[in-house]
Amino acid sequence: MQQAEKETAKPGPLASVLSIFNTTIGQKIITGLTGLGLVGFLVGHLAGNLTLFAGSEAFNSYAHKLESLGFILYAVELGLLAVFVFHIVFAISVTSHNKSARKSKYVDSRSAGKPSRKSISSQTMIYTGIILGLFTIIHVWMFKFGPGMAAGYHTDLHGLPARDLYRLVVEKFKNPWIMGSYSAVMLLLGVHVRHGFWSAFQSLGAYHPRYTPLIYTLGILIAVLFAIGFLALPVYIFFAPLTA
Amino acid sequence: MSKMNLTLKIWRQASANAPGAMETYPLADVSEHMSFLEMLDVLNEKLIKEGKEPVEFDYDCREGICGTCGLVINGVAHGPRKLTATCQLHMREFKNGDTITIEPWRANAFPVIKDLVVDRTAFDRIVAKGGYVSVNTGSARDANETPIGKEDADKAFDAATCISCGACVAACPNASASLFVSAKVSQYTYLPQGHPERERRVLKMVSQMDDEGFGNCSNHGECEAVCPKGISIQNIAIMRREYVKAALKTGSAIV
Ligand code: HEM
Repeated sequence: MQQAEKETAKPGPLASVLSIFNTTIGQKIITGLTGLGLVGFLVGHLAGNLTLFAGSEAFNSYAHKLESLGFILYAVELGLLAVFVFHIVFAISVTSHNKSARKSKYVDSRSAGKPSRKSISSQTMIYTGIILGLFTIIHVWMFKFGPGMAAGYHTDLHGLPARDLYRLVVEKFKNPWIMGSYSAVMLLLGVHVRHGFWSAFQSLGAYHPRYTPLIYTLGILIAVLFAIGFLALPVYIFFAPLTA
Repeated sequence: MSKMNLTLKIWRQASANAPGAMETYPLADVSEHMSFLEMLDVLNEKLIKEGKEPVEFDYDCREGICGTCGLVINGVAHGPRKLTATCQLHMREFKNGDTITIEPWRANAFPVIKDLVVDRTAFDRIVAKGGYVSVNTGSARDANETPIGKEDADKAFDAATCISCGACVAACPNASASLFVSAKVSQYTYLPQGHPERERRVLKMVSQMDDEGFGNCSNHGECEAVCPKGISIQNIAIMRREYVKAALKTGSAIV
């Protein structure tokens, strides 16, 4: 009887390993790892974007250097796409499971206060997340797959022809609608990361009575830096007397 | 002795499948020295005298140690006082003229049996999967036979103070049982007695937790704030580490 049970219950090696990520804890490990991966990416992305403040040459040559990585860039982009997809798929799966775990809702529901870390940020992860996802698609379409050298966005970098991404960015952000909606989404990014950063550590099992309060504060700091850092660019371009 | 007049809004539900609704009951002359459950006793005596159905609620020891009582009071599991089970909450926390809402723990995994009483046997089924150590019983062993460091003993003891009341599930926006299960896991993680069954314990208990239909943990931390024993969400991190180690070692979440 026990023998029979063992044989029927045994899944194959791949199914066994995948089962680890099929439980509540396994799914949160994926959202945590990918979430931190996205935070890491954004640190690099922000640093790169800030070269725009140094003028068209600095920005265009930064973009050109990235482009000339060729194969390496494709590999990194593919990895980043996978990180995004995994984060989104697992986050949606976790959230839909969570939303259905309480069919009968409370008539009155309040926070019990400290040490609870429940916040607007922690309760809106799925909404801020979906907006970030949609934003990312539009953003990549607007700039990465936007008009290139063939469409006239052409410049010279020390005698070499290069794409004038600077001009494209400045043109776009001179439009008040684009500037405004970008800035708003960047605030939502801050809201997402405010809970997301510390939460990712907790999801990965990293809690310590001394370090966790520091990680929590660091998360707020990173959220503010992301929001202000990414927001500064469109706002600066819109208000500064720049010409493309 | 000051007396209060209160308006109680209480969830009434005739049976598991019957629809429920909030009903309003005025209650006069409530003493501030009464416990919350004594206040409900007074209400029930009044209802019985009026020929009405009394409000069903759970309790046993009324000393804050058995984990049987549990009500969501004004939107907070176990009510407004920190580190206090419902039975240890006293009416001095309220003021004359207050309206108090009283609801059961709400979670799919805790179906309502009647009014404020819910079925928490899901917790028993989780514990049955590994919340124990398999040692033969016999005469009591010498207390100091196995030396355990003070720090480890403290961690294990802090987790072991869980009274399985279910407030963590009730307060969690996702109706997750993570704090409960993690307390039951980490209670044994730091003790040598828990080590032989370490991997099996966490994998089986997590799997049962998922099967019972509890939500996932989003790290809101609301559970710790309502826990009458102040169990830290550090235990949830410990459970996750234990889970990953056990699952990677086993190569599967299934044992
Ligand atoms: C710019 C990109 C993004 C960054 C930097 C980011 C970052 C993070 C981080 C660090 C976490 C914490 C993970 C954890 O609790 O274990 C998280 C959670 C989450 N993310 Fe994102 N995220 C991004 C985009 C998205 C997108 C596009 C979605 C779309 C659905 C999303 C949905 C969520 C949800 C729902 C959670 C919470 C899961 C839960 O309730 O446990 N995120 N995110």
